[in-house]
This record gives sequence, structure tokens and C-alpha cells, in this order.
Amino acid sequence: MWNMKQLEYGALARRANRIKDELRQGVRKPYKEVIDVFQGDLHGAGMKPLTFVRQVLAACVYPPLINSNNLPLDVRQRAQEELGRCVGGSVGSYSAAAGIPEIVHSISEFIKRRDGGIPSHPENIYISPGSQWSISNILNVLVNREASPRTGVLIPVPFYNKTVLSITQLGAVTVPYYLSEEQGWALQVDELQRALESAKGVCNPVALYVINPGNPAGYVQSQKSVQEVIRFAWEKRLFLLVDELYQDCVYGENCEFVSYKRTLSEMGPPFSGTVELASFHSVSKGFLGECGLRAGYVELVNLDPAVMKHIHTLSSKDSCTPILGQIALDLMTDPPKPGDPSYPLYKQEIEHIRAVLVHNVKRVHEVINSLPGFSCPPLEGGLFAFPRLNLTPKAIQKAKELGLQPDTFYCTRLLEEGGVFTGPGWEYGQKEGTYHIRFCIAAPQDVMEELLRRLSSFHMTFMKDFS
Amino acid sequence: MTRLNGISHRGRVLTLDSMNPNVKRVEYAVRGPIVQRAVQIEKELKEGVKKPFTEVIKANIGDAHAMGQKPITFFRQVLALCSYPALLEDSKFPEDVKKRAQRILEACGGHSIGAYSTSQGIECIRQDVARYIEKRDGGIPSNPDNIYLSTGASDAIVTILKLLVCGEGRDRTGVMISIPQYPLYSAALADLGAVQINYYLDEDNCWSLNIAELRRALNAAREHCNPRVLCIINPGNPTGQVQSRQCIEDVIRFAKEEHLFLMADEVYQDNVYAEGCQFHSFKKVLFEMGPEYSNTVEMASFHSTSKCYMGECGFRGGYMEVINLDPEVKAQLIKLVSVRLCPPVPGQALLDLVVNPPQPDEPSYATFMTERTAVLSTLAEKARLTEQIFNTVPGITCNPVQGAMYTFPCITLPQKAIDKAKELGLVPDMFYCMRLLEEDGICLVPGSGFGQREGTYHFRMTILPPTDKLKVVLQKIREFHLRFTQEFS
Repeated sequence: MWNMKQLEYGALARRANRIKDELRQGVRKPYKEVIDVFQGDLHGAGMKPLTFVRQVLAACVYPPLINSNNLPLDVRQRAQEELGRCVGGSVGSYSAAAGIPEIVHSISEFIKRRDGGIPSHPENIYISPGSQWSISNILNVLVNREASPRTGVLIPVPFYNKTVLSITQLGAVTVPYYLSEEQGWALQVDELQRALESAKGVCNPVALYVINPGNPAGYVQSQKSVQEVIRFAWEKRLFLLVDELYQDCVYGENCEFVSYKRTLSEMGPPFSGTVELASFHSVSKGFLGECGLRAGYVELVNLDPAVMKHIHTLSSKDSCTPILGQIALDLMTDPPKPGDPSYPLYKQEIEHIRAVLVHNVKRVHEVINSLPGFSCPPLEGGLFAFPRLNLTPKAIQKAKELGLQPDTFYCTRLLEEGGVFTGPGWEYGQKEGTYHIRFCIAAPQDVMEELLRRLSSFHMTFMKDFS
Repeated sequence: MTRLNGISHRGRVLTLDSMNPNVKRVEYAVRGPIVQRAVQIEKELKEGVKKPFTEVIKANIGDAHAMGQKPITFFRQVLALCSYPALLEDSKFPEDVKKRAQRILEACGGHSIGAYSTSQGIECIRQDVARYIEKRDGGIPSNPDNIYLSTGASDAIVTILKLLVCGEGRDRTGVMISIPQYPLYSAALADLGAVQINYYLDEDNCWSLNIAELRRALNAAREHCNPRVLCIINPGNPTGQVQSRQCIEDVIRFAKEEHLFLMADEVYQDNVYAEGCQFHSFKKVLFEMGPEYSNTVEMASFHSTSKCYMGECGFRGGYMEVINLDPEVKAQLIKLVSVRLCPPVPGQALLDLVVNPPQPDEPSYATFMTERTAVLSTLAEKARLTEQIFNTVPGITCNPVQGAMYTFPCITLPQKAIDKAKELGLVPDMFYCMRLLEEDGICLVPGSGFGQREGTYHFRMTILPPTDKLKVVLQKIREFHLRFTQEFS
């Protein structure tokens, strides 16, 4: 095993678990429960699953429920349909390695609808146990460990740490490009150029990794920005890896998610037929929030057919994605429609989630920016806030004394004293000398208010203590 | 730049030349070319193409539900309640089902199976797994911190291999695997660029493991790599042998002497049929050999929810127990498993039920035991039937199916058939299996996909089809074999 840095990995998470245990055992603390917003975990933060999804899954798991009048008719019919696609009519059997064919087809239809009719081919789609699984499979194909110079992958800063961990685990070199905090974390082509240049003599960059909408930075790329990136990838011959998990999480006024696939296609030749693209999505975010089911997919565009054959074999040795996760993918890409018995409730639940997120995003922006030494740009999309901490030299000094990164020090104190579990900015990458924290903004409104209350109170005390 | 149809094509970024060369070496016969052809034939049948059969029987993959085996009611009831907790109000579900569901939900973030769990797996489930192992192993302690839940056993197996494989050139990690083997191992080793070290199981002695053979393989391997790992599948796949306790002790002793990390794939631990055979876990034997061994031998044991009597492949539930792992390596292991966030929570929940089934005083117990017994006794019957029938066919010899879910009979192929196969660019047993598929609609996996001694041929067939269908399949294979032999005599 090589390339894993010797860091105190997971220390903060272990501390959070310890505190949760202590609270369960009745130990007195300044708070009754830990508000855990460390991960993009909607259900973990208290958001509810979609009723339709869970009813269908339950009926698939225990088919006698299909005859139960307690479940709406469309739920029962849908469950029957899903089971009909499972080998032996059971969610306990394996599926084809790339996914249940009808569900793969469903996904391709969803992509086509989303992208204004641009066709999507089922044979270019692979379902996997979560998007990170897919991303590491594609990276595994891209990264040639025997190559010299080593394979390089351009990564945004700030980034999603799991993907970057995959990249380094596979022996590739990360080439950071900095998103512009002053411009609401915008991706600038000049910066891509600078990053590429910095790689000269260090590694051989073959891929450009983009997250849109961002994580942790809450930006949504404009169509123009997407075009610029595609043009850059074409000019510099880079494979595009695009994480689009947060495509349903868009709040900013005048912001709209436009997929890389669509933009690429609409740009026409020479781009549309040559830029190699892998786009990733999953059931973990958006309205479903079904992180625990582990299901996602990748759509591959313009890949060499000979390479595709190997990707197919590679995915076959992993057997298959959990069937319940695949069914959730189907329900996500082919939800209830107007006229369906479940539609009114489904629509209500979706709108509620959306309203909560829009509200939270506003409140977070308001509250953070009202606090001294704390700032964040408007959150256009995604599920995280990544506010900037203006730490005093005293605080930074104290952190150094404790052998901690300054933002880890802040997050640790916030956890211990305020009972709020957030992530320190350094784990996600940031410009040298800047500090941030990351937290998920998908929580019920009352939980978010409590979070902001505790955060404000803690922050004021902290800033005072280290003034 | 190349020109195709008059259009300039810039070279792609990702080509056969630029891609990871290891990935090109990956093969996985269980879902390989013969299965792809089977799927094609199924499509043709659907489209109304006439064939000498009306359905393709997929006896290539160890998928019990696909072959009609029913799920265990108790498990599915609890999982349904976990999926849709409003059902907790439904009086049709027994009390013990509701209690289990509630306990699992309480352990989940936001009381939902849709929340992430920790990467190592839900703590109370790991505790239940540890208790199960202790009970199974006559009280030998199991530490929940040494349990890692996973996405099926395959995931855990690959994770451990990732940790163990390192070095360059002559120092590259060598991994000993049995021949025949379950091709996940060879695929993973190819993907990781590890050196595969083959040790042959003894077909003449019911596929038993021979220490002398292990030693031979190890010594030969030391010339060109750094052997560090020894993999055993017990009960065996594809061979179905159940190792004797003595054999397991010998293997452990060998691993200690030669300083090898032991990987014990025990996913078929409930699938033991033959009289006189018993499953002995590697962990149990290790500890019964005393502290000289139990304090030093490094080991990982694997189990899953895909086989045994549950057959819940689609849930992707599994775990590994690691013994004597270096604490620094453990830290790396945590990091490795965190990259994919966490194992599927429904699979974790299912595993919890498997290690913690209904107790005699609980309402679901009677039905549970009836169902469990029925599955295992039917499998035992089919194992016997398969061995019996195959051994009546001249040219097919079949070792007893002591355990697991497969038979791996040896087939004698006429020289003319071997020559014809070579002509077609096919390995002889692939040629045989393809013919069987085209003529009778039965999909098996050729022995070459699992490894076999040079000059011998086999196929792997599952014993999973329902008894009546299995009888028909066995009969058809018998007839096919006689026909085939006749044609190429």
C-alpha cells in the first residue's frame, strides 16, 4: 500500500462518536445532542425520505405487501414492475454487472429528457454502488502506474476529499487549480492554464476533475463557464471527469444546472465527437438523500470502444450494485407523474425539501456574514456551506501548540463546546493561510436554526477568547 | 491524427496504449464471454427465434434466488419495516420482527437506512457479528473493532489485497491461490499487478489441499516475487471440498513457518452436506492451536449474506474479521474503506439478522427454522444427486460435492474435439460449453475460467436449479456429452 499520507485521519469523527456515546450514557454537556452536519447526509441530519420511494422498496423487499390495500395502487404496480425486472423476481438475486437493463434504459431516458432531447446510449451507462465507486473505477483505467512521468489529474481547490483520496491511492499526482473565492468560487480558465503549466516536468496530466454544482464550494457553473472548460479540455487533450451529484440542488437566482453532456453536444464538432467525458450522479443527494443505499451511475461519452470493453470486464468482477439502490435510481429517474395517486404527496415532499434548502441557504448566508471574522459568498447550489474563518494570530498560535491545523482546532472546539460537528477546511483544500469550515445545509429548519444559534454563540466566545 | 471516413480523428486521451495495463489483464469467467452469449440467446428467444429449447438455464453463477430459491420470511419482513417504518403500525407483522427493525433503525443516522453509516459499519451490528463468531467458535473472543462490514465479501477481499500488494520487480507481492479458484482472486491480482502463485488442489483426493504442494509452489515463486499471502476458500469454490480440521491446522502452521498472511474465504460456511464433513473456522482452529499461533499469525476471514441458506446476493452484505493486524496497517485500512463512504445499509441490516436470527422463544422461530432447514436439506439432496448422475456418464467424473454450491466435474474430451477447438481459437472446455449452450440452452462456466491442471478439462455447474429442473439439466448434459463424444470420435 503506498501513497497514503500519515495523517490523523478520522480523529474528529471519532471524537464526535465518543461525545454521542457519552450523551447516550447520560453525561451532562452544554447540549442534549450533537448536530452532525459533517457529511452531505440528508437523513442523518433529520430530513425525511420520500414516501413513494420507501413504499416501493418495502413492497419489493416483502412482496406480500403488493396485495396490501394500505399501499397506493401506483406503489404496488411499480413494485411489481421492478420485481419483474429482477432475476427470479427477487431483489436478492444478482443483476447484470452494469445494472438491471431496464433501469439503465430508464437512466438514459432521464438524461435525454434532462438534456433537451440529446440522446443518451444505455451501453455507455454503468450503475455502481455509489458514485465514488464509479469514479475510482474510471480513475483506475486512466492512471497508468507504470508510466513515466506519472499520471496527473487536475483537481479543484477546494475539493471533495474522497475523490482526491482515490486519485492519490491509485498513484496519480494531483494538480490543484484554485477556485476564486472572491468571485463566489468561480472556475477560471486562466487558473486552469496556470495549473497545467505548473505540471510541466512534474507529471503528465491526462484528466480534469470538475464538480458542478460544487462541493464544498457552493457555486453553479454558467453555461459559458462549462463551455470554456470543455474547450480547454479539448485544446489541452484532457479527459473530463465531472461530478454532477448536486444537479438537483440549485438555489441561486439566475442559476441553472446545465450538464456537461448537453453542453458538449450543443457545442457541435469538433468538440462533441472528441472530448472524452465521464459524468457521475447518484441517489445520495438531491431529494432522495438515500446515501445508505449506495447507488450511482456514470455516463461515458466518446470513449474508445476497445477501452469500453475493459471497463465492462472490470465492472463485472465487482458483481453488481445493491438491487434496492438500483430500484431507488429508477424511482429517481422515473418518478410519479401528475395523475398518479402518489403524485400529490410526492410533489409536496419535494417542494418541502426544496423550500427548506432555499430557506437554510439564506439563513446561513445571513447569519455567517453577520458575525465578525466569518464570511461566505451566497450559496448558489450544492449541499454545503464553506464559510471563511478569519482567525486571529492568537488562535492560530494555540492551534500550532496543540499540533492541530487552525481550522481543525476551531472545529474541535465547536464540537466539544457547541455540539456541532463540522469539517475543517484543510481536509478539502484551501489557499495557504486561509481557513474554512464545511457543513451540510440540508437539515430541518428548526435544526438549522439551532445550529446557527450554537455556531453564533460559540463563534463570538471563541473570537473573544483569542482576541 | 488519423483519418477515418475522411474525417480527421485526433488520438483519444484514453486508449489501449495509454490506459492502466493491469486493467487489460483482468478477466472474470463467471460473467464472461459464455454468459454474454447466453444473454444474446435469451434475447433471440424473446424475439421468437426458434431453438431446440425454450429457455436458457443459467447454471453459471451462484445465485440461489435467480434459480427460484425463496428468501427467508423473517429477514424480508424486518427489512421491509426498515425500508418503510410506517409498517411498524401494521398488526400483520410479528412482534419480534418489529423489535428487530426498531433496534436497527435506532442505530441508523436519523433513524433511516438511507443515512451513511461509519465506514467500518454500524457499531451494534459489528458487535452482533462478533457475538455470532464467538458462539460459532465455542467462546473464543471476537473484538468488534476487528470486524469490518463490507459490500459483499468480494469488496473486503479486494480491500485486504490492496493493503498487502506492494513492491516492484522481484519484490512484488506474490499471492498464493488454489487452482481451481474463484476468479475474483485472479481478477483482483491482475488489477493490482500482484503476482499470482498457483497451488494445485488434489483432484484424485477429493480436491484436498496438500502441504507439500503449497511448499512446492512457494519455493518456486520465491525466485521471482515476494510471496506474502495465502488464500484459501473453505468450503471450496468451484470444488466444494470441506477442509478437515487437520488440514486447516497444517495450513496455519505452514503460514506461520513461511510468514504468510492468511486469507480465509468462508462464505459457504453453512453449506456443508457430506457425511463426516464439518466446517471449522480458521479463527477457531488458530486459537485452539495456542498463543504461539494465535498471537502471531496474521489473518482475515470473510463471510457474506450471498450464499448459505439466505442467498441474498442482491443485498451485497458481508464482513471480514482481521486478526493480528499491525495497528499502523489498521489505520490505513480505515482510510481505504472510507473512500467508498460505507457499505450498503440494507446489507448491513440483513447481516445483523443473519448473525442474530430468531431464538427458540420468539414468534418467528418456527417458520425460520423450517425455511432454513428446507433450503439446506434441498441443497444437500441436489449435491448428492448431481454427483450420482454425473458419475454414471462415461467421460465425466465427479468428486463428491461436500459443500458450497457447485460441481466441478472432470470431462474427457476426444482429441478431435480438442483439435477442432484449437482451429476455432477456443480453449477446449469453452468449445464444449459453448456447444452445450447452443444445443441445449444450458449455461455453464468452462473449467479454464477457474484454472485446472494442464491437459485436463472441467466445467462448473451450480446445483441451484429446483430439483426437478436440475434432474432435467443433468439428463441433458449426460445426453449432450455422449453426443459430443460420439461426434468427435
